[in-house]
Amino acid sequence: MMSETNPLLSRVADAVYWMGRYIERAENVARYIGVNLNLQLDLPLDPAHQWQPLIDTSGDTESFQKRYGVATQARVIEFLAYDTENPSSISSCLRSARENARSVRETISSEMWAQINAMYLQIQSQRSMPEPERLLDSLREIRMGCHLFQGVTDATMTHNEPWHFLELGRKLERADKTSRILDVKYFMLLPSSKEVGTPYDDIHWAAVLKSVSGFEMYRKKYGRITPRDVVDFLVMDRDFPRAVHYCICCANESIHTISGTARGYYQYRSEQLMGQLLSELDYTSTDTIIKGGLHEYLDALQHKMNEIDDSVRTEFIARASQSQSQSQTST
Amino acid sequence: MQLEDYALQGFHDEMFDESGVARPEAKLLLDTIGALEDGQLQRFQRAAERRLVQMGITFNVYGDTGGTERIFPFDLIPRIVRSEEWNWIEIGLKQRIRALNLFIDDIYHDQKIVKDKIVPDEVIRSAVFYRPQCVGLNPPLGVWCHITGTDLVRHGDGKIYVLEDNLRVPSGVSYVLENRDLMKRTFPQVFEGLRVRPVDDYPSNLLQTLEDIAPAGAEGKPVVVLLTPGIFNSAYFEHSFLAQKMGIPLVEGRDLVVESDAVWMLTTKGRRKVDVIYRRIDDDFLDPQAFRKDSMLGVPGLVQAYRAGRVALANAPGNGVADDKVVYAYVPQMIRYYLGEDAILPNVPTYLCWRDADRQHVLANLDKLVVKAANEAGGYGMLIGPHSTVAEQEEFARRIQAHPREYIAQPTLALSRVPTLIGDHLEGRHVDLRPYILYGKDIHVLPGGLTRVALRKNSLVVNSSQGGGSKDTWVLAESLNGSRDGDAA
Repeated sequence: MMSETNPLLSRVADAVYWMGRYIERAENVARYIGVNLNLQLDLPLDPAHQWQPLIDTSGDTESFQKRYGVATQARVIEFLAYDTENPSSISSCLRSARENARSVRETISSEMWAQINAMYLQIQSQRSMPEPERLLDSLREIRMGCHLFQGVTDATMTHNEPWHFLELGRKLERADKTSRILDVKYFMLLPSSKEVGTPYDDIHWAAVLKSVSGFEMYRKKYGRITPRDVVDFLVMDRDFPRAVHYCICCANESIHTISGTARGYYQYRSEQLMGQLLSELDYTSTDTIIKGGLHEYLDALQHKMNEIDDSVRTEFIARASQSQSQSQTST
Repeated sequence: MQLEDYALQGFHDEMFDESGVARPEAKLLLDTIGALEDGQLQRFQRAAERRLVQMGITFNVYGDTGGTERIFPFDLIPRIVRSEEWNWIEIGLKQRIRALNLFIDDIYHDQKIVKDKIVPDEVIRSAVFYRPQCVGLNPPLGVWCHITGTDLVRHGDGKIYVLEDNLRVPSGVSYVLENRDLMKRTFPQVFEGLRVRPVDDYPSNLLQTLEDIAPAGAEGKPVVVLLTPGIFNSAYFEHSFLAQKMGIPLVEGRDLVVESDAVWMLTTKGRRKVDVIYRRIDDDFLDPQAFRKDSMLGVPGLVQAYRAGRVALANAPGNGVADDKVVYAYVPQMIRYYLGEDAILPNVPTYLCWRDADRQHVLANLDKLVVKAANEAGGYGMLIGPHSTVAEQEEFARRIQAHPREYIAQPTLALSRVPTLIGDHLEGRHVDLRPYILYGKDIHVLPGGLTRVALRKNSLVVNSSQGGGSKDTWVLAESLNGSRDGDAA
């Protein structure tokens, strides 16, 4: 149970929730661009196959095509990292995270604010894609900057109600991104059955794991790379911090801490939905998921997480306020 | 660093006496600066500016849709105030704020000062910021002006004068605290040697002042909030800074509702009652039911809840009547009328253009006087005679004749100067000083305050919108002959 603290303004809850989501989103985008750059050096594919899936993962296929046309490396990186008109680009995510942080500066710690501001100023000064030699470093800096923000947050902010809203946003975003990466890569990799079991297949799946920083941890647990075990690891693992199951466990903790409802019970629809999803992850098996179709499963999972996001906002954030004009949507 | 070329140019300097010798209180600092390698001070200056950007200590530039944020320019060379002088200023400020508070209370009640013909009736009736909605209001403890930022200047005669009172929503105190933080990093050894009075307890004193005025019947610890117009306001940094330092919620109008004459904030657990609001929104935008109907920033019904005594506002609405520069001219008479004392801090002599004799004098001397609009702030609507063109003087002459009540004039003051880092050397720049006065159960004056500096050469305008910057202000804790002089007055 959380001790009695100051009341939390709904607007502030909304802002810290989105701050958490945006930082997490920026980190994930930086992560999969970096891995794809690496992958390309090992396995040059034609750009449409190499880079288009990244756009598909982010869910912005249509707006990309309209503005950039055919996917090439340079265009995709520009769009995903530095394009200020793309609301999901790293640059835009950091700007939005900072806008939200700015509106709740009195709630978060000064160190958190300073870190978000530093990342924002860094990418602002960049404006467009750095030279190839600098690109990987620059993406790494963004990733490390986001990690630093998380560390600073954990160490300097009381783990109170606003912290749990931040955490909730962060974990829901992360679960969503992991499931999308898996969905797109699985769809893309599996049909090329002539490559199953070849070194290419191995490198591709390793790339999927690397894009969520899971390669080393996967190896320790499973050894050889198989699609089935990758799914098991990224969806079902309870301990790996980027696995869907782990994220939902944390999100469930946070929502119960916020509401004050005992674990295993619910007062709010968001708690009910979260509990249902968690039980499902607790008691289903990877083989059942694959048999029923991984894509179908992940699609349903994303849908459920969107529903949770909606009900959290209706029940805790928009409930009391007259004019919610946030137009931020989950992708 | 070379200090020999520093020129006084006939102005009163806060660091050097008339013969160019360092004043005793400035000696340690000047010795420290003199001992720095060439370029070191500039490196300190750049590091300080970088830190301001990194911490996002910025203000938004109005009318810039690109969302440009700038830092408020900061100069590393502080202004130093002797202990004895400060003690006297503090007594003067407390006297003045008491009288002004009594005046505002009187104006919205019996208007005795008008009936006794000390302040002319027509001056009050024509005051732009007089608020009939406030007649008969009884704020908690009888205090109207809880937070005041009085502007002081030192003239060539060496005397300190009050330039303006700023009784509505004065800003800038966050820069005082941030500047001090920067200075402690830059000159730790000088701080140690000089015993500068600390300013860091301002947020605690401010919170105490706000808790003091909680309405009777507030249960337990009063719920205090800071009401901001939002992140696009130029002073937003200060709003979030003060809320953070006091540990109170920073709210916007849309976070509050009024029901059954009480004010509630909208939280994740439903509504919570609010007892005290430190509002950083002007009267006009506070409550669309009471003031401007088109205000999107305020809270409908707030003034009614205030009138009903269910919530306290700091500052009280209606204070603007005493910020009118025509009313300002009567403050020495107010002090005599309400307190039976002579003013300790003098006003700048002021010509009121609605008086025929004054107006004639002003029109004949536009090239020598400073003309100000009675109800403008921020350095707008001002003519500085000696620095103006004939065309500008003619324009002001037309305005004065058309709206005499709206203009006052004062002699052009030779504001004192403080050495300021310009490029790689120090030059004198004109300054003023804004101390902050808190009025709850007691009156607290922040030692020092915001020293604003006109960074443009020869400029007398210190406002940030007109090329002004700021400096730290060091009030010494003890007199230089050794006696401790901390909490006198």
